[in-house]
Amino acid sequence: MKFLREVLEDLRILREGTHLEVYLPKVLTKENAKDLWEKLEIEKSHPQTSLRFLAEALETVDSSGISCIAHFQRLQKEKGQGFELIGLKEEFQFLFQLATEKRSFESLRRLRLGTNERVGKYTIEKAQAVFDQIVYLGELTVSLFKSLRKPKLIRWKDSFQVAEAMGVNAFPIISLIGFLLGLIMSFQSTIPMRRFGAEIFVANLVGLSLFRELGPLMTAFILSGRSGSAFAAEIGTMKVSEEIDALTTMGLPPVQFLIVPRLIASLIVTPLLTVVFNLFGLLGVALVLYSFGFPFVTFINQVNIAVGANDILGGMLKSLFFGMVIAGMGCYRGLQTTIGAGAVGESTTKAVVSSIIIVSVLDGIFSVSFYYLGV
Amino acid sequence: MKENPLREKPIIRVSHLTTGYGTETIMQDISFNVNPGEIFGILGGSGCGKSTVLKNMIGLTQPFSGEIWIGDKNIVALQGKDRIFFWNQIGVMYQQSALFGSMSLLENIMLPLEEFANLPRGLRLEIAQLKLKMVGLESFGKLMPSELSGGMKKRAAIARAMALDPKILFLDEPSAGLDPITSVDLDYLIKNLSKNLGVTFVIVTHELPSVFEVADRVIVLDKDSKGIIAEGRPIDLKSSEERGFVHRFFNRIAAEETE
Repeated sequence: MKFLREVLEDLRILREGTHLEVYLPKVLTKENAKDLWEKLEIEKSHPQTSLRFLAEALETVDSSGISCIAHFQRLQKEKGQGFELIGLKEEFQFLFQLATEKRSFESLRRLRLGTNERVGKYTIEKAQAVFDQIVYLGELTVSLFKSLRKPKLIRWKDSFQVAEAMGVNAFPIISLIGFLLGLIMSFQSTIPMRRFGAEIFVANLVGLSLFRELGPLMTAFILSGRSGSAFAAEIGTMKVSEEIDALTTMGLPPVQFLIVPRLIASLIVTPLLTVVFNLFGLLGVALVLYSFGFPFVTFINQVNIAVGANDILGGMLKSLFFGMVIAGMGCYRGLQTTIGAGAVGESTTKAVVSSIIIVSVLDGIFSVSFYYLGV
Repeated sequence: MKENPLREKPIIRVSHLTTGYGTETIMQDISFNVNPGEIFGILGGSGCGKSTVLKNMIGLTQPFSGEIWIGDKNIVALQGKDRIFFWNQIGVMYQQSALFGSMSLLENIMLPLEEFANLPRGLRLEIAQLKLKMVGLESFGKLMPSELSGGMKKRAAIARAMALDPKILFLDEPSAGLDPITSVDLDYLIKNLSKNLGVTFVIVTHELPSVFEVADRVIVLDKDSKGIIAEGRPIDLKSSEERGFVHRFFNRIAAEETE
C-alpha cells in the first residue's frame, strides 16, 4: 500500500487562472482513480476552466482511469470549454477512443422511469394481474365442473399422490400445533377464569373458538406454508423448464391436467386435517383441565353442551373454501412464474403470502355472514 | 429428390405475420411456406424473434396479425377442441427437452397415447418402445429424465414428440447446449427420420453448421429489418453474396470450416 501512496503523490493539479493542468501519475487504476475524480470534482466549482491532462508519465492505466479522463472530457465539451490530452501512449488510445465515442455513453437518468411513467406502468401491471386472475378463476371453475361431471377426466392417481403428500404427511405437524394451541390457550385462559371459579367454562371458550375459527384458520395457514408453497415451486419449475408449454402443445391443458388434481386433493384434505387439528386441540384443553382437577367426563359434557353441530359444520365449510384458496393460489403463482433463477422462489413467496391474505379476508367475511345468518 | 415438378401444396403457409412480445413488434409482415416432407430451417441471431415465430406457429401465443395455415386450418383462429385437435397433429421438441421429471422415459412417451388414443396398456407400451427405438434409446426406457445426458434428453424429447405420429415436428434449438459430436448425431437422426418417415421438420436454430447439414430450405430472420432477409437452399445462400447479414452469417461458418 505504501507504494500506491507514493504513486498518488505524483498526481499534481496546477491552476493558472482559468487554466487547469493535471499531471497524471505513473499508475492510474481503480485503486486511485477516485482520487483524481474527487480532486477534479472540487475544481468544477470554478467557472470557466480549460482542462489539460498531461499523460507523459502514465504507464499503467485501466478502464477506471480511462473512464475518468473521458468523463471530464465530456463535461468540458458539454460546457463548451477547452480540453486537451497530451502524451497518452499509443496502447491506451483504443480504450480512450471507445470511452469517448458518442454512443457509448448512456445517462443513468434515462434508464430510470419518471414518476408518471412508473405510476402508469404499475397501474397497467396491476390491472393486467387482476384480469389474469379473473381469467384463471374462470378457467379453473370450468375445468373443475367439467371434471366433476365426467370424473374420468380427473387424474385420480395424481390426486391421491398429492393428497398423501399434502394430508397424510402433514398429520404430525397439524396434530402437534393443534395440541399445543389447545394447551396454551386453555392454560392462559384458565388462570384469569379461576379467580371467578369459572375454570370449567374454558371448555366452552376454547372449544368454540377452535371449532369456529382457529381450527380452520390455523390449518389453512399451516397448509399454505407447507403445500401451497410446494405447489407453486413444483409448477413454477415446470414452467421454467418448458414442461407447461410441452403439456399445452400436447393438447393437455395445464389447468385440467395439473391443477384440478391438486385442487381436488386440497378439497379432500383440508377439512380432514381441520378435524384432526380440532381433535388434538381439544386434547390439549382436556389435559390442562385435568391438571386443574376436572375429570375428562366433565370436560366432554361441557364441550358437548357448548359446541353444536352448526359450529362444527360452519368450520368445515370454511375449511373447504380455504382448501380451494390454498391450492388455487399456489398453482396460480406457479403458472405465473417468469424466467430466471429467482423466479421460482419469488412465486413460492407470493403463493404463501397471497393465500394467507385471502384466507384471512375470507375468514372475516364468513364470520360476519355467519353472524347475520345466525349460524 | 425434393424438387419434383408436381410439387404438393405447402403444408405450412405463414402469410403476412406480424408478431412480437408485449407491445413491441419484432417481426413485420413476414410470409413463407413449408413443403411437405422437407426439413425447413428458421435461422437468425439471438433475440431476432425466431422463437416468437415458432411459438406462434405451434399455437402457444397469438401473433399481432396475419395467418398461419397448417394443413387446411388457420391456427390463429382455432378455438377449444379444434385447437387441441391441432396440437395432437404436431410434435414439439423444446429447447430444454421439457420431459416430465416425475415420469420415466416410457411413461413420458405413453402419456399422450394414454390421453388421446384408446389403446390397451400393452399396446401403448409397445408403441413407446418403438419410438424409443427410433431415436436409439430402447434400453433406457425405465430411466428418469434426470438420469440422462443432454443429448439423450433431446432424443427422448423427439421420441415423445413423435408419440402420436404427427405429420409435422417442430424443433426449438435442437443443438443448443450439446457438444459438436452429439449435435452431429442428432442431425443424422433428424435426417434419417425425415427420410424414412416422411415427417416435415421445422427447425429453429442459430447453429449454422448443423442447419446447413440437415435443412432442405432455410429462411433467415433479421432483427434490424424485422423481416426475412434471405430464403432458399443453404448452399445457394452460402454462395450468394447479396446482403450483409447473410454474408456475415454464412461466412462465419466458412471461416470455421477452414480452421
